[in-house]
Amino acid sequence: MWLVVVPALCNGITLITFASPGDTILTDLLLENLSVGTLSHVSLAVSGGQVFCLSGPSGCGKSRLLRAVADLEPHGGRVSLSGTDQQNVPAHQWRRRVVMVPADSQWWFDEVGGHFPADTGARLPSALGFSADVMGWPVSRLSSGERQRLALWRALALQPEALLLDEPTANLDTTTTEIIESWLLEEIRRRQIAVLWVAHDSGQIHRVANAHYRVHGTELEVIHGSD
Amino acid sequence: MEVIDLAWWKLGLAALLILALAATGYFARLGMTRSLLIAALRTVIQLALIGLVLEALFASAAFYWVALMALAMLLVAGREVVARQSRRLRGWWAFSIGTGAMFVSSFTVTILALTVVIGPDPWYSPQYAIPLLGMMLGNTMTGVGLALDRLNESIWRQRAVIENRLMLGQTWQQALQDIRMDAMRSGMMPSINAMAAAGIVSLPGMMTGQILAGSPPAVAVKYQILVMLVITAGTGFGSVMAVKWGGRRLFDDRERLRLDRLVKS
Repeated sequence: MWLVVVPALCNGITLITFASPGDTILTDLLLENLSVGTLSHVSLAVSGGQVFCLSGPSGCGKSRLLRAVADLEPHGGRVSLSGTDQQNVPAHQWRRRVVMVPADSQWWFDEVGGHFPADTGARLPSALGFSADVMGWPVSRLSSGERQRLALWRALALQPEALLLDEPTANLDTTTTEIIESWLLEEIRRRQIAVLWVAHDSGQIHRVANAHYRVHGTELEVIHGSD
Repeated sequence: MEVIDLAWWKLGLAALLILALAATGYFARLGMTRSLLIAALRTVIQLALIGLVLEALFASAAFYWVALMALAMLLVAGREVVARQSRRLRGWWAFSIGTGAMFVSSFTVTILALTVVIGPDPWYSPQYAIPLLGMMLGNTMTGVGLALDRLNESIWRQRAVIENRLMLGQTWQQALQDIRMDAMRSGMMPSINAMAAAGIVSLPGMMTGQILAGSPPAVAVKYQILVMLVITAGTGFGSVMAVKWGGRRLFDDRERLRLDRLVKS
């Protein structure tokens, strides 16, 4: 199985050149001819530890593209992760590996802690700026910015192989945004997560992106490829 | 004990009370006159007709007539379940799921009660089968209608929560868990409340009718207990099936939430 899969993957990647040639096991999120809504023939290859930013006017289909990658919306084309085709695994297993964080996160239990696995409170990263007792807080006490930061941690706690972030810092002030950005980048690099990141702010795109695409009509247009 | 028959003109006296109420409503501009009169008229006509049908049915007592009557009752109940949902599944799904759930639960429980518990000869003898099935269907209809209405409405309102739960890798059953509990509670609450209040707050209609018709209270009470237990069982299983099938239909084979399968009625 490995003998077949690995060379095929490496070939795919050398064309797009984000992986160092020595890597053998790669987390690659591959989009081939994906079409959803007005977007069509979107092809991308994001390797583990890389951040691809997507931008474009609101309503242009960025969020729908992320939803299609998470398989929350019917779509055309193929998506695969480390050689596993999206359609070949049960949908919930796919979404456990390819986790999407929506622009407005939802909280359905009364207490914050109910949304996290039991030991997550103790491992809460200091960069998020919460005290450890946040797990006992009622959800209604959280501001929108706090919800957004906790939603990122909730997604990372699932140990995803790919992350789909829909404007993850939209409700944060400038200082917090930069702290969260560098914390996210560190986690992404350390855990080798492949990331699609919808962003508006060109400063943020400049700071986090390995590649930047803008939605232009029905297709994605490369603003810059790699650095 | 001899049952006192009611002459039709005596029912007219009761109807006068309704007319008096309607007149009060009309002159006080309370706006319920029209629907009150129509509903009263419907009740008289529908019950008079069903009386004729039951007379004929009891006289013939053939299995296929009983079965035909049961089928007609089921289809009317199925239509009523659809009408009680403010948002319902597109196409025939709403009718099929409601009717299917009622069919499986009401018919199974009724047949079980007839053959095992009561044991008339023959088991489908209309004097027992039709009233029992009628009470089963009436209550199951309420339960299934409430459960499906709550299910669809909650899913519609909480779509963002459901999708966020799916994004975190939950199965569709996990993402729906709270909503399913809620829908089940809605469907079961009338039966549970009725059982809790029976005999203390209210004397159930069937038992009252049987006592009025001359049965000894001890027999009437036993029948009432039987009916309440089987009604609750039928309503419960009907709601379980309706909620399970209805929830499943709102997700596709990739466990995506498909609100396009709901329409507002």
